Amino acid sequence: MKQQIQFTEIDGGPRFYSLLGFIGLFVLAGLAAAFYMEHNGHYVTGMTNQIVWGTPHVFAVFLIVAASGALNVASISSVFGKVPYKPLARLSGLLAIALLVGGLMVLVLDLGRPDRLIVAMTKYNFKSIFAWNIFLYTGFMVIVGVYLWMMMERRMNRFTRMSGLFAFIWRLILTTGTGSIFGFLVARQAYDSALMAPMFVIMSFSFGLAIFILVLMAAYKWSDRPLGDAILYRLKNLLGVFIASVLYFVMVYHLTNLYITENHGIERFILLDGGIYTQLFWIVQVLIGSLLPLALLYLPSTGKSRGWIGISCALVILGGLAQMYIIIIGGQAYPLEMFPGKEVSSSFFDGIVNSYSPSLPEVVLGIGGVAIALAAVVVGIRVLRFLPVSLADELVDPHYSTDKAIA
Amino acid sequence: MTDNAQTDTSRRRFLGGAATAAAGLIAPGVLLHEVAQARPADQPVTSAVRWGMLVDTSKCANGCTDCVDACAEEHGLTGHGRPETDAQWIRKVNLRDKQTGYTQTLPLLCQHCEHPPCVDVCPTGASFKRADGIVLVDKHICIGCRYCMMACPYKARSFIHETLDDQLPDAPRGKGTVESCTFCVHRVDEGEQPACVEACTGENHNALVFGDMNDPASEISRQLKQYNSRQIRADLELNTGVRYRGI
Repeated sequence: MKQQIQFTEIDGGPRFYSLLGFIGLFVLAGLAAAFYMEHNGHYVTGMTNQIVWGTPHVFAVFLIVAASGALNVASISSVFGKVPYKPLARLSGLLAIALLVGGLMVLVLDLGRPDRLIVAMTKYNFKSIFAWNIFLYTGFMVIVGVYLWMMMERRMNRFTRMSGLFAFIWRLILTTGTGSIFGFLVARQAYDSALMAPMFVIMSFSFGLAIFILVLMAAYKWSDRPLGDAILYRLKNLLGVFIASVLYFVMVYHLTNLYITENHGIERFILLDGGIYTQLFWIVQVLIGSLLPLALLYLPSTGKSRGWIGISCALVILGGLAQMYIIIIGGQAYPLEMFPGKEVSSSFFDGIVNSYSPSLPEVVLGIGGVAIALAAVVVGIRVLRFLPVSLADELVDPHYSTDKAIA
Repeated sequence: MTDNAQTDTSRRRFLGGAATAAAGLIAPGVLLHEVAQARPADQPVTSAVRWGMLVDTSKCANGCTDCVDACAEEHGLTGHGRPETDAQWIRKVNLRDKQTGYTQTLPLLCQHCEHPPCVDVCPTGASFKRADGIVLVDKHICIGCRYCMMACPYKARSFIHETLDDQLPDAPRGKGTVESCTFCVHRVDEGEQPACVEACTGENHNALVFGDMNDPASEISRQLKQYNSRQIRADLELNTGVRYRGI
């Protein structure tokens, strides 16, 4: 008979505090960057009246999308009944909330008037997807919080499946809402596509799992707890499926646009002559961020190496950030199509590709959001029982046999 | 004709004086008639009125920026020497047909759509449309998310990227909020024309006509009925309040 999985807090030694202090520096830097931007106004950033959403939004949307994806591991356990994932479900829920908090912090601190957050909480225009998202995001935190409680409180365990199902459905709606921020924008050639919503859902699967695997490996390495190959290989194989799925959606999106003549301009811009955006697309998103990690995860020589699995996850995250950059900033860089068949010029940068270069405060604010998320995870696993003492194969692998272990 | 020479002029003086007095009394009434047509300040705006503008591009001269200058003066839109972040509520756009080489120029401003995408996406309702069709931003509840700028098909909006300290009473503006053409709502509510229209007409260009599109007797309705006009991005079916002739 298998041993019961035991959960404990991590130790609070100097290693914990130095890690927390290190992450804290990035949090402070992010807050300082936000203060600098708000104090001076946004002219100190790379954002303009042309590129109104910049690097903070790339980080924020990436983190929010990844947040819902990070919950997948818990959903696979609670909703789809896969036993090996059950020990990971708590960390999955914690990471999901943490990433969402990080993303929202970046989004809010980039507002022109972050001091009016209370206005955003009290005045709603229910036709706005942003307004829905305020409910979807806060609701997500509450629902995943309850879900964690059901998982972690033994008397409540019988509600785990129900709350897990609810959280799973909620997260699908949430990512649909995030994708629809762009999908419902009729004005710009790069957006205005119903495909945005499902594409964001599948992107969340990929980005969220990549971050989850990295956090899991780091947490077990630094807390000297055993992490078996069986669970790790399951996760990395799943990540491979998600990477391929994202590529499929990206391909369908571009094929659809390529067929429609009025969208040839934006497609040419992204795929052929958009400079930095074209390079980011082919080199970072497709090659380094998708095909390379796919190969690394499935090749026998690298797919079984923890180092390469970690690198693959990092590449997926890099590719994901590039994809967000192309969607958010590339979509704005391409000029609005107001006068078909005409060359357009004005003092307000009509008809030209808008330039944007990320400023330091924007990047630091974005990284600050990542740091907030990581700090929340580190503190979470220190104060509550999120991590199993061991994830060794004999504990979590249902196919484990002592024969195999001896062999 | 000594009789005539001796005519008592007291009656003429009386009539003259009476006429002057009458003119003095009536003239303001005549001048104020237009103001009286404006909505009284204590009455809410109604959808009985739909304010609109017709731009005749054939009368819009290349290089002329009278409308733009008037707007900047009216609303205190002084730049900071940073064109990429400085606000523009109305701008001159030059077009050149890629196939034929035909060139033209026109002013582009908030199109005051009947179904404004900026209003749809605004999370707080800061972007709103008045009953009379004027699309505005409530600067008190704008949180500066710029979603409206992402949604506007006309790039009509500007974000305030720095602290301002020289705002005019009729044009409230502030760092961290979004703004755009108000159709000079403060003037329209007083029965006057928007500053851009006044400037264009004042210089005798007459490229801009402003008025109530719901009133069949208004000049704009008459011209819209008589001449073919177009909406920019008519494919979006936004039913814009700004229409163009000659594009």
